[in-house]
Order: sequence, then structure tokens, then C-alpha cells
Amino acid sequence: MLAQFGFGVFALTFMLAIFCVGAAVVGYFDKSDRWVEAARRGMLLTFPLITLGVLTLAYLLVTGHYELQYVYSVTSNEMPLYLKITALWGGQAGSLVLWSWLMSAFASAITLRKWERDRDLLPWVVVVTSITLAFFLSLTILYENPFARWWQTAGGDFVPRMFAPSGGIPVSPADGQGLNPLLRHPGMIIHPPMLYLGFVAFVIPFAFAIAALVTGRSDDRWIRLTRRWTLIAWLFLSLGLVLGMRWAYDVLGWGGYWAWDPVEISAFMPWLTGTAFLHSVMIQEKRGMFKQWNMLLIILTYALVIFGTFLTRSGVLSSVHAFAQSAIGPMFFAFIGITFVTSVALLIYRWKDLHAEVEMHSLFSREALFLLNNLLFMGVLIVCFWGVIFPLISELVTGQKVTVGPPFYQRANGPLFGALMAIMGIAPLSAWGRSTFKTLGRALWKPSIPSAIVPVVLAILGVHNWIALIGFALVAFVIFVTLFEFWRGVHSRQNNQNENFLVALWQLAGRNRRRYGGYLIHLSMVVMAIGILGIELFQTTTQKTLAVGEEIQIADYTLRFDSLAQFPYTDGRIVTRAALSVFQGVQYLGNLYPRYDYYPASGQPMTIAGVRSTLADDLYVVLVNWENVSSAQAPFKVYHNPLVNWLWIGSLMFIFGFLVAAWPERDEERWEDKK
Amino acid sequence: MKVKNIILLPLFLLLFGVAFIPVVAVSAQQPTPSDDEVNAIARQLYCPVCENTPLDVCPTTACHQWRELIRQMLAEGKSEADIKQYFVDYYGARVLSEPPRTGINWLVYVVPPVAFLAGAYLLFRAFQTWKRLSKEPFTGADRSSSPGTEPETAKGSGIVEDDAYVARLEEELKKRK
Repeated sequence: MLAQFGFGVFALTFMLAIFCVGAAVVGYFDKSDRWVEAARRGMLLTFPLITLGVLTLAYLLVTGHYELQYVYSVTSNEMPLYLKITALWGGQAGSLVLWSWLMSAFASAITLRKWERDRDLLPWVVVVTSITLAFFLSLTILYENPFARWWQTAGGDFVPRMFAPSGGIPVSPADGQGLNPLLRHPGMIIHPPMLYLGFVAFVIPFAFAIAALVTGRSDDRWIRLTRRWTLIAWLFLSLGLVLGMRWAYDVLGWGGYWAWDPVEISAFMPWLTGTAFLHSVMIQEKRGMFKQWNMLLIILTYALVIFGTFLTRSGVLSSVHAFAQSAIGPMFFAFIGITFVTSVALLIYRWKDLHAEVEMHSLFSREALFLLNNLLFMGVLIVCFWGVIFPLISELVTGQKVTVGPPFYQRANGPLFGALMAIMGIAPLSAWGRSTFKTLGRALWKPSIPSAIVPVVLAILGVHNWIALIGFALVAFVIFVTLFEFWRGVHSRQNNQNENFLVALWQLAGRNRRRYGGYLIHLSMVVMAIGILGIELFQTTTQKTLAVGEEIQIADYTLRFDSLAQFPYTDGRIVTRAALSVFQGVQYLGNLYPRYDYYPASGQPMTIAGVRSTLADDLYVVLVNWENVSSAQAPFKVYHNPLVNWLWIGSLMFIFGFLVAAWPERDEERWEDKK
Repeated sequence: MKVKNIILLPLFLLLFGVAFIPVVAVSAQQPTPSDDEVNAIARQLYCPVCENTPLDVCPTTACHQWRELIRQMLAEGKSEADIKQYFVDYYGARVLSEPPRTGINWLVYVVPPVAFLAGAYLLFRAFQTWKRLSKEPFTGADRSSSPGTEPETAKGSGIVEDDAYVARLEEELKKRK
């Protein structure tokens, strides 16, 4: 009964979303405020309705209604309560529901704002968000219904259906399969919502961009209205990516965090266009330039958001992430095609209205460097997009599938990332408008000198990898430039305002949050780059089968295999755990406990590495579970991952930088209120 | 995947069985290759069953057997190139971490740099056009600013003040020196 109720709520919301589209279009063309208001209120109603559907599903998950196929596939009796709740997005159908839920929440939030000045944009914002919402709800209703229940057909087959097949008998299993063990990790519990928050939040600036195009507004009002949404989208997408990396590092047991897997890349691509957009809109705000380009960037971001969900959810590309495969691919494909073509057609229609208010004056101006930054981001995007779709093209043309793996991406993207870091260092020193080679050079030489010393010192210390030397020089360059910028501002305030260092720093950042928050984000990026350079260029690994008491060496560490134990855990899994003592020289550093957990219900094993983590390196030990393991001997694979922790430290710094950049400005609020 | 394993297992046993007799003879003379030697090659190959997983970290039974096959071939004295070619011959080019540089596969390597260079060229042309158009002296005040449109500084300065702010900083620093 509850399942039918939940399904009914989703069906009703789908119809409501369609109504919103119609009402908003009629309201716009008839210039009828009543219709537009009806559309707005309809949009507001979608959120409580979907919430009701979600709560119904959550209740069914928590109370173990295994007669529902979705509940059966993602929960089981022994799973703790929090996992039963988060199983809401643990499978295909649930994650699409989550998408719709977040979409309705964001769309409702945006329709609640004061619309007086921008009333003309409202109907089209409602149209875009409602169409997107209706699309995802249609997938839930037609293809991926979480409320479908098990039936036994006359032929004896078990099939999930919403309504009874002819001669079907309802079936109610006593227990479920339980959540995929790989997904029972804090990182994976938070990772999908974060990623989806980022994906969905990007729909809002896109909706405003389309509204601006339809209504013919060529100013940058849409950018200013959605600035914070863009930042929020970017934050969540970034956090989603980092959490995914952490999950891979902790759970997949291959000693790395990023495998250039197509599904990883599918979440990375909207981040690339989103980051380019975030920089590029600043030029439009400051100089009234690149209006067409910004439109194209947000259209691309939206298309890539849907494309990313399509790749993750349709199973079109098989990969480690492709847990769920279903028949929703063609629907997605059509939706991406129609929305992309329509958006681009609209942009072409308005192309001439979106001309620049001023022209570029100098190749060394900040706007020129921002444009170069955009070109580099687009370069990385092309590499990623092409790498992901090429195996499909190859399969279509030759019938033979090929793998486009990490070496391709590393080789192609490495120089582009390096150039991006260089720009990250140079751009803050350039000025808007006119900036000459001479003025830029004058600003550059001071931070360049200490940056040049860094690789020299590293080379003397024995680092002879030239990629590492260039990479660390660029890291140092960005750090010196950024600190120099902070120092310059603080020093001036100390002299002018007679403030002490901390007060001056607080005031400086407080009065220029966007700029200094941005600088902090730059710093966080290069701190992450330290970790990436460390693990990518200096990771070493060794594998050996050890008898109890035997040792294995890696870097300057020695690991001794002490014992192995196997025992059942309370949640039903069987744990096989090894104990190793770690030594550096003769100094005992502690124990590591790599293990593998076997889940008999689903028949799946999970490898959990034993990790000793410091700022200098990680010692990462895996019990190679697929080889011959016994209490007398076991195979171990050991990874030495230098500097990898800086990747995670950088991501924490990133959040701090974001908070500084996005914290509401008092003046801005006052101004918005006046409007 | 399990179904595929069942299909592939007899194939493997067949291959393994055929290769077994000479292997025994050779391995008596050569030391068994270590896990690290096997992984050095396995790392460059992709699991033919589970896509996008390198052979050295793939946990499936099939991959375990393929690693053992690499060990056997190393013991036979086969080179890295021979072993890779063997896997390509039996399972197709998908076992390689990158498409081989032949035929249509060239596109994967050519398209990104060409697209990037085309983008760079378009950008360069645009720069040239802009430079030609900007003959009038630059005032710095291209856009009108207001507190709402320029929230970068608390007092709501536009780019004039933004640059002036930096200039003032520089000025103050010079005075101090």
C-alpha cells in the first residue's frame, strides 16, 4: 500500500512538473502574471511532494520491506540503521530519486527569491528546471521504479513489477541481498549526494542563462544572480570528486586514488567546464567581455552534467563504477541531444546581441590570461571527452573495443595541468585592461627567484625526475606569488591603518573575500598537486608471499608478517586479518592490519588496506586476497606513496578557501536588499 | 562476470595445458619469476574480462590465472613484448592500456592536439582582431560600476579602484622603503 502511495506521489509530481512547464510558457507569451505565478507555486509544491515520496521509500528501506525489488537489492536484516537510510541512493533507482529530490529542492529555493526586478526571467527558469525535473521523474516512473515489487509469474520466474503481471503471485523474501560491500564506506555514503548536489546546482545557472537568452537580456544579470549557486555547485562537485578519490584509496585496494576510469572522468568533465566558467564570468562582470563564451560554457556544463549521470547510470561504458546497468540509455541520449541542440540554437539566435562591450587590449592583461586558462581547461576537457568516447567509436566502426587508460590521459593532460599551474601563478600579478610584458615581468621576477631555487635544492637532495622538478617549481611559484599577494596587502594595511598583522590579514581578506578566498583555493590546489606529484611520480610497490616471521622491504621500511586470523563479524561478514610489524631501520614504528572482508550474502570480497600515514608518505599494505592465504603464509602487496597526504590536506584547505570566497558580503546583501 | 569466467576457464586450461610440457622442462633451469617481475608486465595489461582494471590488481580468479600464465611465460624466457603480443593475439587490443597506433586508432592520439591547436589558433586570431580594434586610448573605466555590480571590495570599487587599490599598495610600500 505504501509502495503504491509513493509511486502515486512521484507520478503526481511528474504531472505537476509538466504543468509548470506549460503554465510558465503560457504565462510568458500571454504576459499573464497569474499563469507565471501558478507555475512558480507549482514548482514550490514539487519539493514537499518528492520529499513525501522519499520519506516513504526511506521508511520501506528501514522497515525491511523486501517484497520491493529495490529494498531487497540494497538492504538486508543485518545492516545497521544508517546504512539502511543511505541505501536510498545505494542503487540505480534510488540515486535517480535523489537527483529529482535535489532538483526540486534547488528549484524551489530559487523560486522563493524576490523576483520583482527579474520577473521576465522567472518563467524560463521554471521551464528549464521543470523540464529537467520531469525528465528524471519520468525515468523513475517508467524505467527505474524503486517501488516495484517482486512477483512470481505463472512460468515460475521472479519479476519486479509495479502492478501484478497476469497470473502473478506476490512474493515476500525474508531478507535482502544487502548493500554492495564496496559502498559501505563513509566516503561512498557521502560521495554520491555531494556529486549530485554539485551536478544539480549547476542546473540553476544554466536555467538563468537560458532565461536570459530567451528574453534577450544581454547584460550579466544572470551571472550575478547565480554567482553563489555556481560557487556552491563547484564546491560540491569538487568535494564529490575528492571523496570519490578517498573512497577509491581506502576501499579498492590498489594503492591509488584515481584510475582515469570513464566514470571518474564523467564527473570530472563538468568540473572542468564549471571551473573555466567560474573564472570566465569574472571577465564578463569586470569588462563586459566573453558573453557568448560564458553562455557556451554553462550550456556545456549542463550537457556534461546530464552526460555524466548518463554514463554513471546507463552502464554504457563498463567500468569499476558500473554497478548498475539499465535500459535508460536511449532516454538520456535523446534528452542530452535535444537540450544541447536547443540551447546552442538559442545561443546562435542571440549571438549578435552578446557582443563584447570592450575589446581586449593586451595579451598580458588578466582577461587574456583568464582566456588562456579557459583554453587549457578546454584542452583537458577535449582529452577527457575523446578518451572516454573513443572506445565506443572504435567498437562502432571496427567492432573491436580498445582501452584508453591512464598513460594516455597522463601524457596528454600533464603539460596542460602544468601550464594551468603556471597561469595560476602569473594571473594574480597581472592587471585588468592594459598590462605589458614589462609591467608583468616586473611583478614576476620577485616570486620567480625563490621558485627557481626550489628545484635546484631538490636536485641537490637527489630528486632527478625532471617532471617532478618542473612540477615542484610551479608549486613553489604559485605558493610564493600567493603569499606575496597576501603579504603586500597586509603590509600596506599595517602601514596605512596601523593594524597588527592578524587584524590587517583579517580586514584584508574580509574586505576582498572573493579575491583572497580565490587565492586560498589556488593554494589548496597546489597543496593537492604536491600529493599528486608525490604519488604519481614516486610511488613504489612490491609483492611477496611471506611465511610467519618473514619480512618484506620497501623504501626504507621493513614489514614483518606476525600472524593471520579469521573470524566472523557481527554483521555477517567473515574477516581475514593479518598483523604486520613495521620498522624503519631498527626502530619499531607500530603494527599494520590489512584485511579482507567476505560478505557471504552477496558473495563479494572487499580489500581493506593497512595504512600508516604521515606527512612524508603512506605505507599501504594489502593482503592479496585472491592468492593463496593460510595462517602459515600469505601474499602481501606493499605500496609506498610519498606525499599523498597533502592531497587530502589540500582538499580541507579548499573548503576553507571556499568559505572565505563565498561568505556573503555585507555590502552586497544591502545592495541586493535595495533591489 | 562469473559466467564469463566459466567460459574463459576451459580456454585458459587448454592454453595452459598446451604450454605446460615445455614449461616444466625450462623452469627446471630458471628461477621462478618473482611477483614483482610478473606485476611489472601485468600492470601494463588490462583484464580482458573486467574492463578498466589493470591485471596486476584485478581480484578475479581469471586474472590470477593470467598472472600465473605471465609467470610461466617469463620462466620460459619470453620477453615482455612477446607476452603482451600473446595477450593481444588471444584477447584483442583491449588488453593494452592504450590503443595500438594503427588504423583508426591514430584518431585517439591526433584529435586532441589538433583540436587544442585549433582552439589556440582561434584565440590568437581573436587577440589580433581585438588589438586592431582597440586603437582608442584605454581609460580603464570600460564598465560603469556600482556597489551591486562590483562586490569585490567592501566599498564597491570597479576596476579603476581595483587597480588603484593595488597601485596604492605599491605606493605605500615604496614610501616605507
